[in-house]
Amino acid sequence: MQVSDLSLIFSLTLNGASREVKVSPSTTLLDLIRDHLGLTGTKKGCDFGACGACTVLADGRRIKACLALAASYEGASITTIEGLASDADLHPLQAAFVKHDALQCGYCTPGQIMSAVALIAEGPKDRDAIREAMSGNLCRCGAYPNIVEAIAEVAGL
Amino acid sequence: MTSPPFHYARPSGIDDALAAAAVPGAMYLAGGTDLLPLWKAAAIAPTRVIDITRLALATITATEGGLALGALARLSDVARDPNVVGKYGLIAEAIANSASGQIRNMATVGGNLLQRTRCPYYRSADLPCNKRQPGSGCGALNGENRQAALFGGSASCVATHPSDLAVALATLGAEIVIAGRSGERRVPITQFYRLPSDAPDKDTTLEQGELIKAVFVPDAMRFAGRTSFLKIRDRASFEFAVVSVAAALRVDAGVIVEARLAAGGIAPMPWRLTASESALIGKPAVEATFTAAAQAATDGAKALADNGFKIELLRRAVARALQDIGGSK
Repeated sequence: MQVSDLSLIFSLTLNGASREVKVSPSTTLLDLIRDHLGLTGTKKGCDFGACGACTVLADGRRIKACLALAASYEGASITTIEGLASDADLHPLQAAFVKHDALQCGYCTPGQIMSAVALIAEGPKDRDAIREAMSGNLCRCGAYPNIVEAIAEVAGL
Repeated sequence: MTSPPFHYARPSGIDDALAAAAVPGAMYLAGGTDLLPLWKAAAIAPTRVIDITRLALATITATEGGLALGALARLSDVARDPNVVGKYGLIAEAIANSASGQIRNMATVGGNLLQRTRCPYYRSADLPCNKRQPGSGCGALNGENRQAALFGGSASCVATHPSDLAVALATLGAEIVIAGRSGERRVPITQFYRLPSDAPDKDTTLEQGELIKAVFVPDAMRFAGRTSFLKIRDRASFEFAVVSVAAALRVDAGVIVEARLAAGGIAPMPWRLTASESALIGKPAVEATFTAAAQAATDGAKALADNGFKIELLRRAVARALQDIGGSK
């Protein structure tokens, strides 16, 4: 990490590509992704860790990017909603959200899907476990029943 | 957001960290799940953030004498550690009831213990709060005080401590291992926290620059399968406790020979229910004993305008936690 003009210069991996960034020390990972690197799929809902719209994966683990200080993630591999689909193929969870109509306005959807990607890897045992594990992602439209169905299908439940 | 910016430092070792954080205005950053929201809400204004996330303090080690949780162990890693699950189930249960999956992946053991109160006056920069701004008054005392303390409050602060993990650790008699520039010290968790008295801005006995290295939990095998963590909250998940209870019982031939109880959501620190413990020892592990212990839990409770319901809630939570453990071996 270099320090220049009160800014920090460092690298991290975003959706598989190495990126060098220059940010002020108090920049959050969320603002880095959206404002510096231009990927706006990750949403800023509450900016206080309550809503989950900013959920991304850091080295495979789901985190809230608004609660993460960007500099702390130097060298980390970050995956956002833009990094899920491969060429023309949607990620199975993206396809399941479409199939089950698991959204209305769609603002929380990227965070819901990123959270669910990590949850599938955690291995939920039933729908109650999905509801509990997804409690960090709020949906103001109330699409919860369909969100749970979409995740359950991909989890093989 | 208009919060003032801060400088960033990432020390390479504990000694460097202690030196960097000795300066007033410096704060340690671990998971960031409380520091960043507090900074955004202008409840705190660090001038220098000392990022300790890469220090080698994340190990979870079980020995014959007990369990050492590195201060930087992530809550999700602690909750699925086989030793924790097998011998210290109360800790795993408390963590499973805390926050959300994303936050448990970020938050650390040390940071969890140092999280600040959820009192709305503390987290709103335009409201009076002696904890945030000494001398500005306590807004909760005669204002919104549904979540305020029943025990340990003062005329200057009635805030409660929000950690679930701390409640389990208090029941298990944990010690906090603290590093400072003059060496290392250990304090029992109940002496780690301080009551607000007339200086509520200090939650703990940590001095500027001191660092939690680890939490040591004495061997709890004798309580394995004999513990209960009960958290009452306003929604089913991802919410702080209105009242929580962590209980551990040892029963021999139907008689209670050891009892440990602590409660959360009711005091400025995890609150050991010593009167309830005394009411249990030597008594048969039956309903009447549990009811008497529940009654004793609220001896000395002081209610404000909106939090009186927590007195009966605490009694019922204690009774339920004890019933969950039950009388069988």
